[in-house]
Amino acid sequence: MASLLCRGILTYPPLLNYAALLRRKSHVFYCTMSTTEAQTATQGSQSTQIKISPHRKKKGLDDVLKDYEAIIGIETHVQLSTLTKAFCSCPYNYGSQPNTNICPVCMGLPGALPVVNSKVIECAVKLGLALNCKLNLKSKFDRKQYFYPDLPKGYQISQFDVPIAYGGHIDLDLPVEFGGGHRRFGITRVHMEEDAGKLLHSGNGSYSQVDLNRAGVPLLEIVSEPDMRNGIEAAEYAAEVQRLVRYLGVSNGNMQEGSLRCDVNISIRPIGQVKFGTKVEIKNLNSFSSVNRAIDFEIARQALLLSEGQDDQIVQETRLWEEGSQKTVTMRKKEGLSDYRYFPEPDLPGVTLTKEYVDSIRNSLPELPEMKRRRYEELGLSMQDVLFLANDVNVAEFFDETIAKGADVKLAANWIMGDIVAYLKNEKLSIDEIKLTPQELAELIASIKGGTISGKIGKEILFELVAKGGTVKGMIEEKDLVQIADPAEIEKMVDKVLLDNPKQLEQYRGGKTKLQGYFAGQVMKASKGKANPGLLNKILLKKLNAKS
Amino acid sequence: MLSTTAQSQLCRLRPIPALKPRPLTTTSSSLLTDQSPPSTSPPPPPSQILTLRRSLLSRQVTAVQIAESYLARLRLTEPHLNSFLHVSDSVVREAQSIDDRISRDEDVGPLAGVLVGVKDNMCTADMPSTGGSRILEGYRPPFDATAVRKVRELGGIVVGKTNLDEFGMGSTTEGSAYKVTANPWDVSRVPGGSSGGSAAAVSARQCMVALGSDTGGSVRQPASFCGVVGLKPTYGRVSRYGLMAYASSLDVIGCFGSSVADTAILLNAISGHDRRDATSSKREVPDFISHFTASNTLEDKPLEGMRVGLICETLGSGVDSGVVSVINAAASHMEELGCIVKEVSLPSFSLGLPAYYILASSESSSNLSRYDGVRYGSQAVADELSSLYGVSRAEGFGSEVKRRILMGTYALSAGYYDAYYKRAQQVRTIIQKSFKAALDENDILISPAAPSAAYKIGEKKNDPLAMYAGDIMTVNVNLAGLPALVLPSGFVDGGPFSLPVGLQMIGAAFDEEKLLKVGHIFEQTLRGRRFVPPIIEDDNTC
Repeated sequence: MASLLCRGILTYPPLLNYAALLRRKSHVFYCTMSTTEAQTATQGSQSTQIKISPHRKKKGLDDVLKDYEAIIGIETHVQLSTLTKAFCSCPYNYGSQPNTNICPVCMGLPGALPVVNSKVIECAVKLGLALNCKLNLKSKFDRKQYFYPDLPKGYQISQFDVPIAYGGHIDLDLPVEFGGGHRRFGITRVHMEEDAGKLLHSGNGSYSQVDLNRAGVPLLEIVSEPDMRNGIEAAEYAAEVQRLVRYLGVSNGNMQEGSLRCDVNISIRPIGQVKFGTKVEIKNLNSFSSVNRAIDFEIARQALLLSEGQDDQIVQETRLWEEGSQKTVTMRKKEGLSDYRYFPEPDLPGVTLTKEYVDSIRNSLPELPEMKRRRYEELGLSMQDVLFLANDVNVAEFFDETIAKGADVKLAANWIMGDIVAYLKNEKLSIDEIKLTPQELAELIASIKGGTISGKIGKEILFELVAKGGTVKGMIEEKDLVQIADPAEIEKMVDKVLLDNPKQLEQYRGGKTKLQGYFAGQVMKASKGKANPGLLNKILLKKLNAKS
Repeated sequence: MLSTTAQSQLCRLRPIPALKPRPLTTTSSSLLTDQSPPSTSPPPPPSQILTLRRSLLSRQVTAVQIAESYLARLRLTEPHLNSFLHVSDSVVREAQSIDDRISRDEDVGPLAGVLVGVKDNMCTADMPSTGGSRILEGYRPPFDATAVRKVRELGGIVVGKTNLDEFGMGSTTEGSAYKVTANPWDVSRVPGGSSGGSAAAVSARQCMVALGSDTGGSVRQPASFCGVVGLKPTYGRVSRYGLMAYASSLDVIGCFGSSVADTAILLNAISGHDRRDATSSKREVPDFISHFTASNTLEDKPLEGMRVGLICETLGSGVDSGVVSVINAAASHMEELGCIVKEVSLPSFSLGLPAYYILASSESSSNLSRYDGVRYGSQAVADELSSLYGVSRAEGFGSEVKRRILMGTYALSAGYYDAYYKRAQQVRTIIQKSFKAALDENDILISPAAPSAAYKIGEKKNDPLAMYAGDIMTVNVNLAGLPALVLPSGFVDGGPFSLPVGLQMIGAAFDEEKLLKVGHIFEQTLRGRRFVPPIIEDDNTC
């Protein structure tokens, strides 16, 4: 069957419908939203603005921009990580050999029929609830019809007029570096549908081949209200959607693999104008930073055209974000609305949700990013820390377990965000892959706070625990690392150091008091790092100053 | 739409003429039939399946002998009939393995050795499955349709794939891309359609039973034309998995037999929930023949008190007077059996035809999108994508299919959807309600299965509207999703040959059991008529 499938389709690529082609081709660049990337993003957009704007000298771009307001909405496709496809029992594994995860149903063979995977409905209800949506207890599937070689049945099973969830919102906190602030963006609807396959084009462009592995993989499409006003808001919206689906465990949210795809709709209008401007759609956004940069580019492009009276140059069209040139370019102009001839899918019964079913899912929802952030805030953490910890569900879980074991909140946050994350970055690991358990981190923090070990020793132990595992207690015993907190013992060591360094002692007493650090270091060295630093300094200072 | 006065006039009871038995010159006995004493009146049709089973298990005949006798008849008649698009080359081999099992005293399934014809729009893994379309020429599916799989699992042998109007769209079987099937009663006439091949094959005893599909009457109308029993089960009773979809919300796989018992046994085999078809019902499947009464033990009035509604809208203008006479005679026969026959009116009846053609065309325009030449079937040589689609489909589809795709695409288009598709769905709901009401008052409803007997090949080929109008008796039942049984019940004069006419009995949803029970009694008591076509009348093995 596979060989049948792979037979070539003679095509001249220029005549292909690029819209659909590129819609699928979205896994080249990937980065998660972080402050550094966001900053380069801003710089990136500024440099492109210079390129496109010869008139900038006459009137600064910033002056132009401040007269306009952008209206931005996003359509997000989330690929669900269910074990099997939406309407058949084929597995889906990203990167499999072409046409190895296919069957009569997802190949659209004559006589094959779809049967809904109940996990898809479960995921849709979870995400709908997490997005604060209302649920349609009775929804249905519809067919969206168009011809394309990656669409084996000639129609996509989707939901049209009655989506499973609608009318919700998403809450997020903007990064502190961008001025911070809480935002709430509306969610128009969430609906279930199936993915299409992929086309593979031959090197010389003379034919294309069809890979149907992805055909029939379940997707949830989330449509936002046009509530966003700039690139950062849009990028943060997308990042929050990614966080949500990862918290819920419904998708890996990986933009590189195309598990999370964003299409942006944007129009601008002079501030104060009620009527919306002409809407442009941007596709091929492969990372949050490209969402951000593409929007800022597009706002600048449209604002300049408007400010120069070239309103007619802004047309309803689909534009592509080109990562290489950092520009959006026309992909296809819309010639009227395409007619997908939607009608109810007769092969599938309607989707009926019972109140009990919805309640059981509601009760099983994990703590979601927004709730976590509010709780962390109440714990007294700074917004910077809150955002960092809640960003990654695994990090947040590690933190939560650590403080559940009684660790000091601020210290736990510092250890995780400092040394542990540095180690993860270095070793390219995720927090659930290291040997250190939250239990032991809590123990470590307690041991330092309680004075059993010094912070310095703590750091050493930490790296061993992270790499090799084991317990804090075991390590302290094994290496004899218990902090020396006996004043008499420290006094002895101080005496010895003073005795061994008469020259330096003389200089100190001659006024070169900076040498205190030197003596402290010597004593610490003598104690093999175990001396309690506070006590050490207190005793040392007393001794140094005693005989002067 | 009919006015109320017109309806009440239509509903006026007609005098029911007395039955005039047609003189029949030959009575034949068979290897398979019960040896009943010769009488002036031919015996009621025997169950070929039950007779075969008895003969096999008592070692009177072998499955190979039976298979060979059917194949011999098939070879003899097929040049005149063209019922099959493909005849299996493994029939005798499969029969041999049944004989081997019997000789080893192993259990054999209830369909052991039963020769089954399968309409070519059902997938069979070991044979081509074309749907009668050029676009699937040479296509071999990688799986058996669920109904076919079940038949095989119970020991049935698929004789071959029967001819049909392309993808089930047509009422004459002239719409096949490959050949025109003839009616065994008069080879200058159509066998009906779209399951014309299956009906003709059962009528000419080229196989014992056959599977067909019924979207708007495609089992029942050819059953009537060919003088065989045809059953359209309730929507959802039989899995559609492996049936090439024409109109998914209407398509049902149905059964043909030369007796009600055979039809019921085949229904037993193929019914039941299938996890591969989300629209298949989880209702329990009764044994459809366990309540059959043997003809010699029938009481005087075996259907005492049974309420039968004769749908008055089906006997009005446009219906052949010969057909009306047969139906009225059938009604009086039922009265003799103890039924209380009353005329009932279904005011929405005439709306069924336009609603059906809108809904079926809409769904078909979508279901046939997959035939794009990309993955299977015939692919045109083309320079670019749109002509790959355009030319593959232009060359692959016949004119009736194209007509319905165009109508359906139009009906679903933006701006027309509400006026056509949505309105037709509303009509469908009204029709469902009116049938429900009529079936609350009556145990079964009866009507003709078609407004006429079989007509001449070519007669309506270039007049699609006339052909569509012939579906008036059957489409409402599909819109309502109900089961219906068509039984041969009389003849009309067709020139040199007399032509069979079927009676349609419509039951409540999932009440095939009652239809089959009533149908069996009707059949066993209908004396004086024998529904064996002239083409095989001299074949004494029938």
